[in-house]
Amino acid sequence: MDRQLILLSTLCYAVAVVHTLATLRDGVFRPRRFNFIAIVLGFVFQSAFLYLRGHAIGRCPITNLFEVFIFLGWSVALIYLAVGPAYRLSLMGAFTAPLVLLIQGFALLAPVDIPHRSRVAVNSWLEFHASISMMAYGAFALSCVAGVMYLVQERQLKTHQLHSIFYHLPPLTNLFAAITRLLWFGFALYTAGLVSGFFTGEPLPRVKMVCAIAVWIFYGTILQVRHLGHLAPKRIATLCILAFGAAVTVLWAINFVSERTS
Amino acid sequence: MNLFCAGLSHHTANVETRERYAGGPTEAKLLSTGIWKEALVLSTCNRVEIYGASDRPVATEEIMAAFAQTDAQISDADLFYRYDAEACARHLFRVVAGLDSMVIGETEILGQVKKAYEAARGSGGAGPLLHRLFQRAFRVAKQVRSSTDITRGAVSVGSVAVELAGKIFGELRDCRVLILGAGETSERTARALSSRGVTDLRVSNRSLERAENLATLVQGRAVPFQDWIRECREVDILISSTSAEEPLVTREILEPMLHGRADRPLFIIDIAVPRDVAPEVNEMEGVYLYDIDSLQSIADQSIAMRRQQTAAAEKIIAEHVADFGARFGGGAGSSPSLNPRPLASES
Repeated sequence: MDRQLILLSTLCYAVAVVHTLATLRDGVFRPRRFNFIAIVLGFVFQSAFLYLRGHAIGRCPITNLFEVFIFLGWSVALIYLAVGPAYRLSLMGAFTAPLVLLIQGFALLAPVDIPHRSRVAVNSWLEFHASISMMAYGAFALSCVAGVMYLVQERQLKTHQLHSIFYHLPPLTNLFAAITRLLWFGFALYTAGLVSGFFTGEPLPRVKMVCAIAVWIFYGTILQVRHLGHLAPKRIATLCILAFGAAVTVLWAINFVSERTS
Repeated sequence: MNLFCAGLSHHTANVETRERYAGGPTEAKLLSTGIWKEALVLSTCNRVEIYGASDRPVATEEIMAAFAQTDAQISDADLFYRYDAEACARHLFRVVAGLDSMVIGETEILGQVKKAYEAARGSGGAGPLLHRLFQRAFRVAKQVRSSTDITRGAVSVGSVAVELAGKIFGELRDCRVLILGAGETSERTARALSSRGVTDLRVSNRSLERAENLATLVQGRAVPFQDWIRECREVDILISSTSAEEPLVTREILEPMLHGRADRPLFIIDIAVPRDVAPEVNEMEGVYLYDIDSLQSIADQSIAMRRQQTAAAEKIIAEHVADFGARFGGGAGSSPSLNPRPLASES
């Protein structure tokens, strides 16, 4: 039953994506309320799923790869809803929906919704560690989205080919400021998640720890070069996209390995 | 109640003719004839129109008499058009949406129509029917602007430059601008940037006197020509329009300037012919170079995009005209004429 909620949620995001593509095909792109409503609905269904699944398993629903990806999609939508309007980046929804659709589509299609067999006692530090890390991934995902928006806008300005979308995308400096804030926000959450991992009282798998620290160093380096002004904003935007791609791959690998070993 | 409008615009009359009629008819004068129950005069640089409502059909001669201040003006009758009932509503909706303007999609007309409506309300010229008509027109204008891209994109070189600067920097208040060469186009562009809040304007020219003159005009400060490279390090926008035969700004000159400002873009507007800035500068990271042709091409793109949007705008207008006609069919008249009728052929 709870998987049907995710199906509905994915459908909402798919509708938002199709709507965006249809308006792009017409040559007129404008952020409409339709996209926002579709994302809100998708988020509501995701929340309902997480609530029901959490009740059913008696813990935070991030016990297998399926739940992890749904939680990640939910975090992306949550941070978009919280951050998007604040930075007047309403168009971000048009870029966020495809990302969530991709994440949830993968979760639904891959055979990864395998119930966790071992029933260990609830560890609140562990749950905090896992959920805060997921939220950090949500912020990183949105920095990736803002990075894509930056590159689209930058390309149009460089080539002098201004399409309808140009007039709806925020200015380059605003996008770069949003990328920086999202990176800091994600990095702070990720650091909290990483540190809390040491308080779980459980043995830390070496691979998991190395991967998590590698992601932390990657994002830390991006922030450092951004702070020193050594790299052009275009490069930072590109790095945000690469970093998120790498982080999701690592996340998948970590969960895949821990599911195999448990 | 009969609803109608008549007038002349840039489509039918040249500016000299329009000037003669601007300020001619007044609402008070029209109402005093006893024929007009409601009247509103719209007088802008591009049109002079009267919108009216009456209990009985108003003859063309009576409308013409309202316009004509002298007998000689009757000879201009063939320059006037007249629309009745739904055609009148359609015409007004097209006017407020900017479809009837010289530059398609311009938004100034909406403010002018609102002003004329307020004046007519104040003078008692706008009664219930014109009130409904104009309120609906304002709704149409809003919907056309929000649902189509008819007002999008700048359509002149100066405004394109300002729009691009806005898309790079967002707020222009804190931007520093260096004008290289004291030409007329750079003055216009500088003024356009100034109107968007730019306060830090520097002017450099081979003749310091001309630089000082332009700096005074745009409320900036003059910079000796030999110092422009040093000043360039600090600026966000560079406007160049010198008469140099060889490019002044090259990759070699810019490269050292861009050190340490990786996160600050540089927008270069080259309006000189021959060009002052070497084209390969645009390949440098964080540099956005636009010459006069690329600015003009964007202006042309915007005009083309606005034209593309007219069909969508006309559709919105058609829906509103049909709805307005259905709601106020009795009041809006029962003989819609969808094509303009030259007043001269009426008599």
